[in-house]
Amino acid sequence: MRIPCPHCGERDRREFTYQGADEILDRPDREATVEAFADYLHLRTNPAGDTRDLWYHDPCGTWLLVERNTVTHAVKSAKLASETKA
Amino acid sequence: MRIDGKGLVDRSRSVPFSFDGERMTGFAGDTLASALLANDIRLVGRSFKYHRPRGVYGAGSEEPNALMTIGSGAKADPNVRATTQELFEGLDAHSQNRWPSLRRDILSVNDLLSPFLGAGFYYKTFMWPRSFWEHVYEPFIRRAAGLGALSGEHNDDRYERAFAFCDLLVIGAGPAGLMAALTAARAGVDVILADEDSQMGGRLLAETHTIDGKPGPVWAEEVLSELRGMDNVRLMSRTTVTGAYDQGTFGALERTGHHLPRRDHAPIECFWRIVAKRSILCAGALERPIAFPNNDRPGIMTASAVRGFANRYGVVGGREVAVFGNNDDAHRTARDLIAAGVKVTAVIDSRADAEVTVDAPVFTGAQVIQTKGRLGLEGLTVQQGTRAHKVRADILAISGGWNPSVHLTCHMNGRPVWNDAIQSFLPRDGAIPDMTVAGAANGAFSNAACLAEGAEQGAKAAKALGRKPAKTTLPEAEDTPYRLQALWAVEGRGRKWLDFQNDVHVKDIRLAALENFRSVEHMKRYTTQGMATDQGKSSNVAALAVLADATGRGIPETGTTTFRPPYVPVAIAAMGAGAQGKGFAPQRFTTSHAASVARGAPMIEAGLWYRPSYFPEVGETNWRQSCDREVNMVRTSVGICDVTTLGKIDIQGPDAAQFLDFVYANTISTLAVGKVRYGLMLREDGYVMDDGTCARLGDTQYVITTTTAAAALVMRHLDFVAQALRPDLDVQIVSVTEQWAQFGVVGPKSRELLNSIVDSEITDENTPYMACRPVQVAGVAGRLFRISFSGEHAYEIAIPARYGESLYRQLLAQAETLGGGPYGMEALNVLRIEKGFITHAEIHGRTTAFDIGMARMVSPKKDCIGQTMARRDGLLAEDREQLVGLRPCGAVKQLTAGAHLFAEGTPATRKFDEGYVTSVCYSPTMDGYLALGFLKNGRARHGQKIRLVDHLRGIEALCTVCDPVFFDPEGGRLRG
Repeated sequence: MRIPCPHCGERDRREFTYQGADEILDRPDREATVEAFADYLHLRTNPAGDTRDLWYHDPCGTWLLVERNTVTHAVKSAKLASETKA
Repeated sequence: MRIDGKGLVDRSRSVPFSFDGERMTGFAGDTLASALLANDIRLVGRSFKYHRPRGVYGAGSEEPNALMTIGSGAKADPNVRATTQELFEGLDAHSQNRWPSLRRDILSVNDLLSPFLGAGFYYKTFMWPRSFWEHVYEPFIRRAAGLGALSGEHNDDRYERAFAFCDLLVIGAGPAGLMAALTAARAGVDVILADEDSQMGGRLLAETHTIDGKPGPVWAEEVLSELRGMDNVRLMSRTTVTGAYDQGTFGALERTGHHLPRRDHAPIECFWRIVAKRSILCAGALERPIAFPNNDRPGIMTASAVRGFANRYGVVGGREVAVFGNNDDAHRTARDLIAAGVKVTAVIDSRADAEVTVDAPVFTGAQVIQTKGRLGLEGLTVQQGTRAHKVRADILAISGGWNPSVHLTCHMNGRPVWNDAIQSFLPRDGAIPDMTVAGAANGAFSNAACLAEGAEQGAKAAKALGRKPAKTTLPEAEDTPYRLQALWAVEGRGRKWLDFQNDVHVKDIRLAALENFRSVEHMKRYTTQGMATDQGKSSNVAALAVLADATGRGIPETGTTTFRPPYVPVAIAAMGAGAQGKGFAPQRFTTSHAASVARGAPMIEAGLWYRPSYFPEVGETNWRQSCDREVNMVRTSVGICDVTTLGKIDIQGPDAAQFLDFVYANTISTLAVGKVRYGLMLREDGYVMDDGTCARLGDTQYVITTTTAAAALVMRHLDFVAQALRPDLDVQIVSVTEQWAQFGVVGPKSRELLNSIVDSEITDENTPYMACRPVQVAGVAGRLFRISFSGEHAYEIAIPARYGESLYRQLLAQAETLGGGPYGMEALNVLRIEKGFITHAEIHGRTTAFDIGMARMVSPKKDCIGQTMARRDGLLAEDREQLVGLRPCGAVKQLTAGAHLFAEGTPATRKFDEGYVTSVCYSPTMDGYLALGFLKNGRARHGQKIRLVDHLRGIEALCTVCDPVFFDPEGGRLRG
């Protein structure tokens, strides 16, 4: 598996650390309930098909939002996690 | 024997080698198999289960029988196929699975017992007593049934791994592969052509066909020579593509050293990961056998192998050859041999209507129903109609038809498709993204068809890659139609072998079906059909046909077992090349490493780092003496300890303070410039992640420390928070762990020591407790932190790493003039336990700020990672296990970390478990054992007695619960 790091180009999977689904980007506010945080931390949709998840490219210290397919294993794109929030 | 004037081997260069200790010679260009046959050796091994005599069967990597151990001792390489092992001077080959010798093998008695040893025998027989399986039956069966063995010694052969990238990977360099590569390469495509043979050309090297009027090998060499001259082509011979994976990735094993005597430091194999935008599979086809009674005697081989040995190596394994087939292709073997002057005693074709135009006795509509010859074939019986004929032969060439090598197309779950015309499976279209199949692998068996498909797919690939291929004129080549009539198994008395490697015969498959192992996957596992090194390359399709027949289904309905990577056996050492020893766990050394080692300090691993455990002095006979002395030294004068391995992270930016408030549970933004604060980091689920110090070096610059173990984790976490959660904050983060060497200078005389080496005086006023500031050491800019992990008046001094070693030596020299010296991890641990300071023994991922008595540090005034979840009721319950100190009541021999805590008078069982011990030490300061641990409602139980029980080590001690800070609880020494 290779992921196209926007900084480094297409790199081997061994250079990356997996985090999990992109739902982790939507952190609830401080005012949110414990239940909302529990959902945020633990509930995942686990799709068969297109998915978006976060990978850390260790050599350049960059978090990436990767679009890939869990059925075909195709990796469609990777962009900087820092640029996913307007 | 050799056939005069035949073959591509170099007869001017003879190559001596040995087989089972006997010296022989072959020629340059031989394989071990061809050289053995040239030396009239037909018996080369004993079969797996019944120890049946076996000979060379095929001529390539599909070989099931001729497995050898090459070399001896630690470097011995077992289960090498003689058909792929190139001959070299001094090659030392040994047969396997026989004792005491190949000709007289004691365990061939198994063959006499074979009526009792059919499929499932072990499962049915060795049922009881249950305990016998592991200790009696299995070891015996494993010894009796076997392949070659490893020496058990460390093998320091070198293996490599490598990556390659290309536009087009062509797999196989026969006529289809050569044509595909040539067409694409001429269009400018970046091509890798990989072929598992030592010489490219595939079947062209093994046949007498002409291409464009030239002998096949000559035409192949012309193409190769053109390809070699092109910068956009890489030719990889001796390279088997072993697997097809996602995103156009292929595994490939290059045998870089097996064809040469072992050379030091030269790798023997290289495992490639080849990434290709497109690929063309031109893997050819494998000839399959026909099952008939006793069809496994040495001398019985595939027809293509017999022909190939004659045409390529000028070798025939005997003097009288018979041919038995169900298709026209088999006749070529007879024709080639007759043309070469070899005596052909019979051509047997199972088809009644076959046209056989060879100058030899012909039996059409006939079958071989029996063979004879104990250690090698002597003759056979042919049944034609009602008549049986005896035929003399010491070589029998068999052809049951060809199976396209579809293996790689199945590696991503694609199932092959049954084709009636060729009575075999073809690759499924699109089974591997961006891969097409050409030539015999696609069921196109004539040279003309192979060349045409190769050219077509090469051009197609070039177009898909944005190139414009020129129109190629196809070379002239034979286009013989391939006609066959299915024949899988001949009836008759005796075992009809299918899988030679696993000793599976027709009756085993039928028995499996009878006992309801009707699914092909069940049959495989019940009979072991298709397992081991050849993975049933020659036998699978025939076995399926027999199963289909036994279950009354068609072959397509029966289905196939799953082909998985690797296509040929791959040594773990090749796939894991570079990951042994230091490659597996690289060593990280601090700048003081050499000095510590020079003082005799045993180094212990801390992650990948190495740190001194203690510094033994003359007269000290165990670590405790050294450790106790070092603790006393620190508490009374001064000790030096390298703390470089702690993670150091530099954080800068206008929003750095706000960022730190968000990642630390406690408030950092209120920290003044030039001050240090302890910081506690939580995970988002409210549990403690790590702790360390945070120093404010300037308005917008901080440097924080992490524990050694969590340095990388914390770095990744901070990057995550900054980039993924809070990209709104203007902050930059970088690890500086390796850039700064940092040393603890610890003890009442620490300031005195430092003042002897820094350029301007340190006082309590300019550097109070928890201060930080720049310092100059001999003109070099460093940083000084007044922090303590020991409870003593202490500093940490940081210097750019290139000065680390020199500073360390200077600190030691000065310390020793003050009665101090270095101390190691053991003393460091004792010093921190005496003060109740925590490490990852305590913050092990299941404890909260509440548990370690730091709940109040989680500031409610701001948001931070973990704040909400740390508030969960269950995480603040009084009956949670809380950090406590433990001191034994009376003398004990030892306390142990990992022991559990029980109330007095309760049984020491799980139900009554009230906590556990995380850290223990002998404290010379307190003159006794100390322990830290977690105890239910522990903070309210100071003064109570608790039983410490270690079931594992058989230790029990009564302890008093106390505050975790054992020494100097007021902290007066810190500030002194």
